[in-house]
Amino acid sequence: MNAVERIVGSMLPLPRAHVDTDQIMPKQFLKRVERTGYGQYLFWDWRRTSDGEMNPEFVLNRPEYQNAKVLVTGPNFGSGSSREHAPWGIQDWGFEAVIAPSFADIFFNNCTKVGLLPVVLTEKECAYLTELAQHEPNAEVTIDVPSQKVTANGFEADFDIDPFIKHRLLNGLDDIGITLGHADAIDAFEKSRPPYKPVLSRSQ
Amino acid sequence: MTEPRTLFEKVWDDHVIHRASGKPTLLYIDLHLVHEVTSPQAFDSLRLAGRTVRRPDLTMSTIDHGVPTAGREFGIRDPLSKKQIDTLIDNCAEFDITLYGLDDPRQGIVHVISPEQGATQPGMTIVCGDSHTATHGAFGSLAFGIGTSEVEHVLATQTLPQNKPKSMGITIDGTLAPGVTAKDIILGIIARIGTHGANGHVIEYRGSAIESLSMEGRMTICNMSIEGGARAGMIAPDQTTIDYLEGRPLAPTGSDWDAAVAYWLSLPTDEGATYDTEMIIDAAELVPHVSWGTNPGQTLPVTGHVPIPEFIEDPIERDSAERAIEYMALTPGMALTDIKIDRVFLGSCTNGRIEDLREAAAVLRGKTISPHVSAMVVPGSGLVKLQAEDEGLDQVFKAAGFEWRDAGCSMCLGMNPDILSPGERCASTSNRNFEGRQGQGGRTHLLSPGMAAAAAVTGHLTDVRSFA
Ligand code: SF4
Repeated sequence: MNAVERIVGSMLPLPRAHVDTDQIMPKQFLKRVERTGYGQYLFWDWRRTSDGEMNPEFVLNRPEYQNAKVLVTGPNFGSGSSREHAPWGIQDWGFEAVIAPSFADIFFNNCTKVGLLPVVLTEKECAYLTELAQHEPNAEVTIDVPSQKVTANGFEADFDIDPFIKHRLLNGLDDIGITLGHADAIDAFEKSRPPYKPVLSRSQ
Repeated sequence: MTEPRTLFEKVWDDHVIHRASGKPTLLYIDLHLVHEVTSPQAFDSLRLAGRTVRRPDLTMSTIDHGVPTAGREFGIRDPLSKKQIDTLIDNCAEFDITLYGLDDPRQGIVHVISPEQGATQPGMTIVCGDSHTATHGAFGSLAFGIGTSEVEHVLATQTLPQNKPKSMGITIDGTLAPGVTAKDIILGIIARIGTHGANGHVIEYRGSAIESLSMEGRMTICNMSIEGGARAGMIAPDQTTIDYLEGRPLAPTGSDWDAAVAYWLSLPTDEGATYDTEMIIDAAELVPHVSWGTNPGQTLPVTGHVPIPEFIEDPIERDSAERAIEYMALTPGMALTDIKIDRVFLGSCTNGRIEDLREAAAVLRGKTISPHVSAMVVPGSGLVKLQAEDEGLDQVFKAAGFEWRDAGCSMCLGMNPDILSPGERCASTSNRNFEGRQGQGGRTHLLSPGMAAAAAVTGHLTDVRSFA
């Protein structure tokens, strides 16, 4: 995972509530076994009209938002399926952060594992940034992880972040490496597990 | 004396390997369930990092999401699905993981087969790269869905760093009215709390209405915890749990069984323990529910009407209702029972178990489905299918005009050939009604197996209580 310290870039506004991961990354793209290349499938159905043509109105298709680095959206973003393909797609499209009033738990977790920064601001703050992005597509926002601040022209807001997630993001740390530092404790725990816990064997 | 603790706290405490302030707690994972869709990238990274699977004997794998449910003998036609399935078969062989493959009668939806084999037991931690892992909480285990990075983490270490969720107690006392099922309980709860009402929480369902349910019904409830935003759902183990597990292939035997039962019975929430949030529902107030919109919170009693957006105060919810009504092609204010359907899907990890099939068959016996409806039954596992055939249920379904399929996720998410066409409307016993979930442009109404059967016969959404 790459370290995340400071993100500077323009925003893409998607003011919708309860955007679920079936919309972010539809099921037909979950058949791939690769880890990369999901950006082209992002919001597949929403980017198209009912007859399958590209919908020039949808915000992701609009030329003025092609270089956006920050997705600004509504509450409960990323609800539903646990598919990590959703954050992979958002990241692969070119986004480095998502700002919303709230996130679904598993999605939030998945973002922090892949270095896509989820930022929770209040509904009012999100509405302000949405309007800014709608009126001035080139307006830049800065998200500074060390100071936990989001700033834009005349706008400033603090955000909360779990101290350990912050530490991991700032240093680009791999969770597995950290856990393996506790190998002795895992070994000891395993020795104390009761014998009635189920075990599978390939001969079954 | 220790402080009184909840079921969730007891299971959590018993799996702590390492705890330090300001950091997530490292939890031991008793069982890791793996399927073809969310695992290939995890195995790949594992290989790249030169790591291996720490406990293949605590890992169980099956193929469910992408499998065809008809004509399996001809192989898997979709080349992408085939590659994904072959990748899982290869990974299981390479890392020595038990796989219930397509040639195994025990194959089926991961959340159906693990309880069926007795691998899901009370007091365990269970994870799977799938949000409906909460199903296993019906046994009093702590079970939750994870992403692919976490799948890799569990494969490599058999542990997971987790921040402790909050707890929510939902008590449902009283007796359920006839025609009201476990599915209606959970749809009724989600209709009340909304799709993110339980974010950050583990729900414990309790009270006499929950205790009176079979294990199948309890699984239906815990299964949809995620639809209310919860990390997990749990129900305390009791005699019903013990009776279900006794004699299952992976259940303990002899003195291990006695020790296990003693442990399981120590798990229920202590008198005086408290939850961060509490909610009380009177079972007598619950009625059959059906979803009208494009998230599971957009659900109402079947006697209700499609909402009129102008009357919704919250601007965000109003906007979401307007979008949903448009997508679902409904008229504000229309009676839900006036909604005509084209398809019926009976199956999924929510309602694909034997009891669900019995419930639907009881409604269908001696009847035939409406001529404009096409309907299918997809049993949750190969063993559910065999059991249903033993009981003659397949004959009831076929005589009524249902297709009788092989086990898998099927039209719950349509990663296999079973999908809705654009504009088609489906009465579905699955768990998600998101836009396009069952096929691009498809429209989904969530309901119980009995209600799905009734809708198949009448051709429109129907109150199973007034159906005879
Ligand atoms: S049946 Fe549906 S919800 Fe359950 S595991 Fe399969 S796809 Fe997921």
